[in-house]
Amino acid sequence: MATTTITKTEKLVGKRIRRREDPRLITGTATYVDDIKMPGMLYAAILRSPHAAAKIRSIDISKAKALKGVHAVFVGEDTKNAGAVPCGASLPGLRVPHHNLLAIDRVYLVGHPVAVVVATDRYVARDGAELIEVDYEPEAAVADPEKALAPGAHAVHPQWADNVAFTFHQEGGDVAKAFAEADVIVKQRIVSQRLIPNSMETRGVVADWHAADRSMNLFTSTQAPHLVRSLVAQILGLEENRFRVVAPEVGGGFGAKIQTYAEEILLAWISMKLQKPVKWIESRRENFLCTIHGRGHVDFYEIAAKRDGTITGIKLKIIQDLGAYFTVLTPAIPTLSVLMMPGLYRTPNIQADIVGAFTNCTPTDAYRGAGRPEATHGIERMVDMVAAELKMDPAEIRLKNFVRNEEFPFPTATGLVYDSGDYSAPLKKAMEMAGYDQLRKEQVEARKQGKLMGIGLCAYGEICAFGPSPATPAGGWESATVKIEPSGQVTVLTGISPHGQGEETTFAQITGDELGVGIDDVLVLHGDTSLVPYGIGTFGSRSTAVGGTALYYALQDLKAKVKKFGAMLLESEDVTLANGQCTDNKTGKSVGFKEIAAAAYRAMKLPPNTEPGLLATHFWEPPNFTFPFGAHLVVTDVDRDTGNVSIRRYIAIDDCGNILNPLIVDGQVHGGVAQGIGQALWEQAVYDDNGQLVTGEFMDYTMPRAHMMPWIESGHTVTPTPVNPLGVKGVGEAGTIGASPAVVNSVVDALSPLGVKHLDMPLTPEKLWKLISAGSNA
Amino acid sequence: MTETINVSINGTTYSHEVEPRLLLIHYLREVVGLTGPHIGCETSLCGACTVELNGKAIKSCSIFAIQCDGAKILTIEGMAADGKLHKIQEAFWNEHGLQCGFCTPGMIMTTKQILDRNRNPTDQEIRHGLDGNLCRCTGYQHIVNAVRAAARAAGA
Amino acid sequence: MIPQQFEYSAPKTLDEALGLLAEGAKPLAGGMSLIPMMKLRLASPEHLVDLGRIKDLNYIREEGGAIHIGATATHQDVLSSPLLRGKCPLLAETAAHIGDVQVRNMGTIGGSVAHADPSADYPAALQALEAKIVLKGAKSERTVSAEDFFVDTFTTALEPGEIVREVIVPIDGDGTGTNYQKVLQPASGFAIVGVAVRVRKQGEKVTLARIGVTGLSNRAFRAKEAEKALEGRSGSPAEIQAVAALVGQGIDANSDLHASAEYRLHLTAVYAAKALATALGRIA
Repeated sequence: MATTTITKTEKLVGKRIRRREDPRLITGTATYVDDIKMPGMLYAAILRSPHAAAKIRSIDISKAKALKGVHAVFVGEDTKNAGAVPCGASLPGLRVPHHNLLAIDRVYLVGHPVAVVVATDRYVARDGAELIEVDYEPEAAVADPEKALAPGAHAVHPQWADNVAFTFHQEGGDVAKAFAEADVIVKQRIVSQRLIPNSMETRGVVADWHAADRSMNLFTSTQAPHLVRSLVAQILGLEENRFRVVAPEVGGGFGAKIQTYAEEILLAWISMKLQKPVKWIESRRENFLCTIHGRGHVDFYEIAAKRDGTITGIKLKIIQDLGAYFTVLTPAIPTLSVLMMPGLYRTPNIQADIVGAFTNCTPTDAYRGAGRPEATHGIERMVDMVAAELKMDPAEIRLKNFVRNEEFPFPTATGLVYDSGDYSAPLKKAMEMAGYDQLRKEQVEARKQGKLMGIGLCAYGEICAFGPSPATPAGGWESATVKIEPSGQVTVLTGISPHGQGEETTFAQITGDELGVGIDDVLVLHGDTSLVPYGIGTFGSRSTAVGGTALYYALQDLKAKVKKFGAMLLESEDVTLANGQCTDNKTGKSVGFKEIAAAAYRAMKLPPNTEPGLLATHFWEPPNFTFPFGAHLVVTDVDRDTGNVSIRRYIAIDDCGNILNPLIVDGQVHGGVAQGIGQALWEQAVYDDNGQLVTGEFMDYTMPRAHMMPWIESGHTVTPTPVNPLGVKGVGEAGTIGASPAVVNSVVDALSPLGVKHLDMPLTPEKLWKLISAGSNA
Repeated sequence: MTETINVSINGTTYSHEVEPRLLLIHYLREVVGLTGPHIGCETSLCGACTVELNGKAIKSCSIFAIQCDGAKILTIEGMAADGKLHKIQEAFWNEHGLQCGFCTPGMIMTTKQILDRNRNPTDQEIRHGLDGNLCRCTGYQHIVNAVRAAARAAGA
Repeated sequence: MIPQQFEYSAPKTLDEALGLLAEGAKPLAGGMSLIPMMKLRLASPEHLVDLGRIKDLNYIREEGGAIHIGATATHQDVLSSPLLRGKCPLLAETAAHIGDVQVRNMGTIGGSVAHADPSADYPAALQALEAKIVLKGAKSERTVSAEDFFVDTFTTALEPGEIVREVIVPIDGDGTGTNYQKVLQPASGFAIVGVAVRVRKQGEKVTLARIGVTGLSNRAFRAKEAEKALEGRSGSPAEIQAVAALVGQGIDANSDLHASAEYRLHLTAVYAAKALATALGRIA
């Protein structure tokens, strides 16, 4: 597929433009945290608990301290006044456990940091950690949220015997009436298993304290550098304006790098203590244990429907496995599931309850989709089950219940207002691409031959572009600053913090079009709190919809100023700015961008009421979320002999509103689908009863590899959002959200001749083989 | 307890004192200063650290630098020549074969091995050839496109 | 990620290496199993002897009617060897299933065999090939059959101070067909089960059947009951099914997260049938 060569007059938005960030990445010259080296820098290694629950009787650090090259060893007692890991979510009655940087008298999960060794290099630091002797008194642990809630379970936090962190209730409409008047009620327990985000770059921190001017430089692999700055500066009692956080090149996040982690605070604290720069790089094993996990839902669904397929009510009880502690959003994630529980359907009556359960496990938090994949998986499975109950085609029941085009903006029973949509369009497009009717005929024939062929649909909706500030824990706006340099080149500073999403390109496209300059004249900078006024960061499919909109408005302000200078130079009152020129609409005379920039900075003369320079900053507060949607259609064949699932066709139709760069949008969909298929078929964080993570390395946690992935046939429908002037909705999480129910629905469909109605993920071959062999014996 | 090794990396000869336990990836990154190869795991399963050793793609996290005494190593930094990107690098760029870029140096070096051995691989051969390299961002589809495009560019 | 300190030697001759090993040093071949274990500090040898510099350990050659493969021949050497592909294709085919491109470039047959991972690929083929493994110590050299070599999980017939010097596989003439079938553990790429089959026919009758199995239990083994059941038969589809069902019979099967014992046994039968059918179909 060819990419486009840009000339200054060509419109950039909407083109398949190869990325501006790639040259440094494909040459190996980008700078990730572990690539940073400073004079005198020390290395930290963290000793972590091998037990899920234990009292610490004693810690002997003498041997480690004596090791040549070790500068310092710190334990929980040393850091106990250094603050705690913050949780940003608030819910009524929420029990927030105090999350120390290093364990003090107890450990609560495997991987709990117990001591930190700081040494001249990473080899010596690791040797030092091995020399620390900790005397533990292990206790029984609980690693399953349903078991944690059962009477008599081990209390994760001794002060809260029931392991309940919070309960949450929400209802809309009249759910009792809906169920009383239902023709059919379908109930199902549905598990969205624990997953491990596994960005290819683990986390890492370099902290560099300068006592003389009380300033901190903290380099960290994060999605939200400003939030890290505000939180860590506050926790350590440092001045925020002297605290610089840099997210250098970041090797993927997927939600797991939104949080402010213990190590970010700890490393800053150590750097202050030792007056030296200090680096810590997470190992993969640590990443499995100490970076947040995702999902961890046990859902109990009940759906009420009429005989004609109209869905009239949904009841949902969520048991959320929270883990032992909270990170910044932990308790908030399941509330997002509740918001999206109606999916794309008109259902006016809902009731939801959440119980947040402590377990001796890694905290759960936002992982690609964060709450919405769980909700979509649930509703899309349930809709299929209702269709099966009513002997309706799964496409028909969806088309019947979709919010209709004329109903937008559509208020949902959960209190949201869906912005815009044409929900049947992607589903119909997917069915057309697949040849749905023909596939169903083929399936009839296949079944006659005893073959297990499945066709699965999913129609998904998302809540994206987080979001209006009142609905978010830390502000939901975004900022952009645009500078036209005296040379005429354009520098964009954005508050988002991309780490693979390509906004250095898409934002340059927006800027180029608005200012009429070539893409090569635009530079997009991000991820450095000393450069960018402030920002919220990259997550929740918000970067382009919110950050891009802030940029759009900053550009409007700047354009106005450019025009003023252009008018001054042209001695005109009526000018147009286009194609890098300001043109007098009467005389046709024009002045170039460079001349205008030079004049604005040279300031020999200024337009009336205008200051020198060309710079504009805009903070944009979104009036609503955006609600992208789409449909996936998956054709699977299940091998009777082995239970192996092979995906014959994977069709993904997404509607993310206007598309700025189709190449990047496709990439986002593909990556999302891979993670969704990963959840559906392979991935799972498995703990044993002692709280040991059994799938704690790539040896046992199945990551999708190239040979496992099907070819993804992607397509789009375009329904712009009215929420922002770019008409963009967000695409980062779409693939993940649509994929797991589409795959599971397909496999359930394949096994439906055996009487299978529901399957929990992952759909391992053994799980399916057992059902097939039981079915064929029956 | 160190020993001297002499290694040719990207055409330059280096001589260093190393501890036997120093892994090649740490030698390249910390001693030589080539931070293109990355570390993504400790179990030899992610391939982010892939470099070429005497003409073969290997995982530099699973070999000691001292084993490489006298060897010829090519890293991602040595792929572009005379200021011109290698065809594989161009292909990854054109096809959007990367997002966060962390796995990319390894992917490119493995692609070189695949194409050195098979000028015109099928999609299945490409996918199996990439078995030792994890990517969490792309779903591999654009990477497969990139390998194909690189094969085409090389005149397959 | 960081191994413990150790002493390192890289002798140029086998004798020198064996002298060091006799003093308690541990051998390092391709390092594909050992080095990850050292990084996780699951292995911490004090002295490593790198076999990689010993030239006369790296060969694949025909000698006395058999093929001799030196310990440090890599999986890539094996899978791409014209000699093996022509005269012992089962071993080349099996090597192609090991790990990934980079692992095959570094990992060696000697290292893999000596490590005796119960889910490694080679052992199945070596059992089916009735391979011989030559073990060498400072003062002795002996040859053991693959069957006697693989004793238990990570346990072989190697005595302290001994290394695998070479592996000897037979050359089968016309009338022989082979195949290796593997069920991949999707995370690690090791075998949940792997079945290697080597069959010979004269006319319509199977005159020799050898079936090696890996991944199913604590060690790779030969499925002798199944072999016997096939010999003398024609290898009809029904016979294949019956023989395949015998392959895992009586075996105390492994059970883990990726496959229960019951499922492993089932897969063994399914993939044994595939391997048998393919091998029979390949008889020239």
